[in-house]
Amino acid sequence: MLAGYSLGELGSIMAMQGFAGLILFSVFVLMALGLAVIFGQMGVINMAHGEFMILGAYVTFLTSKLFTTYLPQAFGVYFFVAVVLAFIVAGALGMLVEWALIRRLYKRPLDTLLATWGLSLILQQVYRSIFGAREVGVDQPDWMMGAMNITNSIQIPINGLIVMVLTTFIAIGVYLLIFRMGWGKQVRAVMANRAMAGAVGIDTERVDRITFGLGCGIAGIAGSAFTMIGSTSPTAGQLYIVDTFLIVVFGGAASLAGTIASAFAISQARSTLEFFLSGSMAQVIVLLAVIAILMIRPQGLFVLKVRR
Amino acid sequence: MAIEREADRLAVQGLRAGYGQSEVLHSLDFTVGAAEIVVIVGRNGMGKSTLMKSLIGMIPSKGGTIRLDGVDLGPLPSHERVAKGLAYVPQGRMIFPAMTVQENIETGLFVHKTKMIPPDLYTLFPVLQEMRRRRGGNLSGGQQQQLAIARALATNPSVLLLDEPTEGIQPSIIQELARTLRRIRDERGLSIIASEQVLSFALDIADRMLVLEGGRIVHEDARADVDQATVARYLAV
Repeated sequence: MLAGYSLGELGSIMAMQGFAGLILFSVFVLMALGLAVIFGQMGVINMAHGEFMILGAYVTFLTSKLFTTYLPQAFGVYFFVAVVLAFIVAGALGMLVEWALIRRLYKRPLDTLLATWGLSLILQQVYRSIFGAREVGVDQPDWMMGAMNITNSIQIPINGLIVMVLTTFIAIGVYLLIFRMGWGKQVRAVMANRAMAGAVGIDTERVDRITFGLGCGIAGIAGSAFTMIGSTSPTAGQLYIVDTFLIVVFGGAASLAGTIASAFAISQARSTLEFFLSGSMAQVIVLLAVIAILMIRPQGLFVLKVRR
Repeated sequence: MAIEREADRLAVQGLRAGYGQSEVLHSLDFTVGAAEIVVIVGRNGMGKSTLMKSLIGMIPSKGGTIRLDGVDLGPLPSHERVAKGLAYVPQGRMIFPAMTVQENIETGLFVHKTKMIPPDLYTLFPVLQEMRRRRGGNLSGGQQQQLAIARALATNPSVLLLDEPTEGIQPSIIQELARTLRRIRDERGLSIIASEQVLSFALDIADRMLVLEGGRIVHEDARADVDQATVARYLAV
């Protein structure tokens, strides 16, 4: 079972795999936050969410190319510019999609599933036509490629740390936006009761559009983070969307804290198990565990206790 | 029958509304004066809630006009009707259960882009100030009703719509509610349209009563002329 590792080695493996899990966790949290905000607010399951993430990854790729060509001396900071651009581009496309497609389908929830799935196919083909079917790798500046040696046997990659800090800021930002600011009050009112929110004077269509844009924009940032752990291809988003749905359902669809906790549990379990077993066995065990827990708690991990 | 009052604030003409293909309201005509309380009575299924929902724009009207101070609200979505001065307290209150009492009231402030809850709202409903940090869903029925009214008043309306305000509320609180509604009218000069099945409450607050039956207004009386037996007959099941 221990595969011949000593206890000390095992500790180091756990720590490093745990950290690798944290990067995965960061991407999942960003993806799931966007998905949960959109689902919670509009009841729309955005099947194209993975493609919005990949859009962010391609934007990051293009930004890195631009910096290499025109601003090589500033290449060290291109990533932060790319994050902002990825958010803006993915968010803008999200708002356009909401305006052109989603808002016509609010009364037909199953059709939004089909429509966003179609959208995901269209986007994949667009990426394929523009960037080619082959994976593109994003060059990282030297200072982000290194690792910190905590002990002799534990190394922590710097780009992972950056991704985690970024994710933390965005998660806190989303929390503040939704629970502390006026805008979030409108979002929560629409989430609770759309018709009634309109009847107290909230412009629900405007709230919808901006929320959808926000969710897609956060997926774009997830794409920026993704370029550090995987290579970008037109269909790479598909690999993440299933896990993201799993996280949202497991966490309890209306709970931010639940989303974060479940992203943590799932990505850590995956990452730690993957070291000892094959990737697909790890996935199977995680899925079985999630199914078992959801049978006991169908509402997900976190539920608000309040009379409805 | 002509009833003397100030200039009409709300004028509904030929209003038809319903769900899908079926029409529930067949060409309603009525008016509401400034600072007038009009109570619409009728049995279940006669179209009271449908009327309220079509006035606030939750269901689209199929014909006719709804004029508030001369402006036709018919083509506007709910939130723009609220901006023009309509406010709505729905049947079952429909407060936002996971939000605090204070946040619930604040949802009514966005339409006029104000930030502060007017202090006179808490004067009107002191219990809401005590409970402002509690979640709305954890209040009692009567408290939720006060919260729903406070939320509607936060939009600074000129016409307040109340759909079955006494439903699920203790008798002692119903009397208090009637006092509060008259006080709101007296202090703010706003007009109130309430739908009601409880005749005693209707008689308590109404300046004028309309009887809705089968989607039509079949009877109209000023408060002074109301013959209780006649109206009670319309309400009898």
